[in-house]
Amino acid sequence: MIKWWKILSALLILYTLIWGMLGPVPQLDILNETIRNVYYHVPIWFAMLFQMGYSVVYAVKQLSKNDLKTDIISHQAAQTGLFFSLPGLLTGSMWAKFTWGTWWTFQDPKLNGVAIAVLIYLAYFILRSSIDDEQKRARIGAVYNIFAFVMMFVFIMILPRLTDSLHPGNGGNPAFGKYDLDNNMRMIFYPAVIGWVLFSLWILNVKKRLAFLTYANNEI
Amino acid sequence: MNKTVLYHLIKKEFILEFRQKSTLAGILVYIVATVFISALSFKKIIHPTIWNALFWTIFMFITVNVSSKSFMQETKGKGLFNYLHYHPQTFILSKIIYNMVLMAVLSLLTFFFYSWFVGNMVQDFGMFLLALLFSSSAFSGVLSLMSAIASKANNNISLMAILSFPVLMPLLLVSVKLSKHAIDGLAWSVSYKYLLILVMLNFVVVALATLLFNYLWKE
Repeated sequence: MIKWWKILSALLILYTLIWGMLGPVPQLDILNETIRNVYYHVPIWFAMLFQMGYSVVYAVKQLSKNDLKTDIISHQAAQTGLFFSLPGLLTGSMWAKFTWGTWWTFQDPKLNGVAIAVLIYLAYFILRSSIDDEQKRARIGAVYNIFAFVMMFVFIMILPRLTDSLHPGNGGNPAFGKYDLDNNMRMIFYPAVIGWVLFSLWILNVKKRLAFLTYANNEI
Repeated sequence: MNKTVLYHLIKKEFILEFRQKSTLAGILVYIVATVFISALSFKKIIHPTIWNALFWTIFMFITVNVSSKSFMQETKGKGLFNYLHYHPQTFILSKIIYNMVLMAVLSLLTFFFYSWFVGNMVQDFGMFLLALLFSSSAFSGVLSLMSAIASKANNNISLMAILSFPVLMPLLLVSVKLSKHAIDGLAWSVSYKYLLILVMLNFVVVALATLLFNYLWKE
């Protein structure tokens, strides 16, 4: 059965892919045409953060309910989030090359934050794989997930606002909302965010069902 | 949560530590050896940034090493005894406070040896000591929980490092920044916000650790 939101996400992403390339954009120095990356880079990060938030919500549910299904969802959401960090990094790295002149810089707290976030989730998977007992793995994984998410949130959301960053909206740089993003761009940016978040949910849905089936299969 | 129980638990940790002097002596040798090796290999450090980076790297490795054993001695029987007798929050708080004191002392010792062998570059001592103090307490909060997690999962030492390094990173960056300001002797009005973040992170870390330990503790 095909759900309406799956079709919606495919249509929205298709629309932003095509109209994002063709539509009018403001002519700005340095950014030039690369401003179109706003439609791809930023929504992909939103999808990643959404998935990681989803994972934490289910980690909390796991601790309160002690149900293995919530643990499976939490684990799969973390995997999906980590998967989304790859295109996010790729688009960001290309954008950085053409605007800041480098593929990667350690000067920017957001880049460091993302690198740490990837490390944190890799550590989470290693922790999970080192515990054999299912119940124990679910509980300990959830504890690490919650703790790590809070630290990552501090790192990505709070620290960049205090130090200098090359990203817009931090350290005195103007945010997109101020004047970079005009109304034409908004018409593509917001659908792109919704489209990519729905798309990440779609991936999660497939992964989740597969994981449930594998689990049921192992039970027998 | 009971205050006298907490007090006695902390006292127990200290008594155990001093009864078994070999571990404490081991840590001291570790500190001196690490500092001495870095002094020998660097010869003379001129640049304050490198001085700072090296100091905090040594500090991080020492704290991870010290705290990794804080739950290791919990055998099956001991764990059951603790589970039956103590409230989990009291128990983890006792570990955190004990680690705080230990790490504060060790960080001061590290600083002492480091400035002896490598040379001292700090201009604003008060700020630097505050950075040391607050970061060692925040580190102890994070590392106590991480060592509890690592002790529940089977392989201890490598897992401890894998789990704690990425989580420590935000803390470490704030303390590195703050101590860099202290080294350069910048005015307090410039760096007070980093101190504020460090204090705030302390609260966040300790609160989270005490909350989450409840769930680790059930077997």
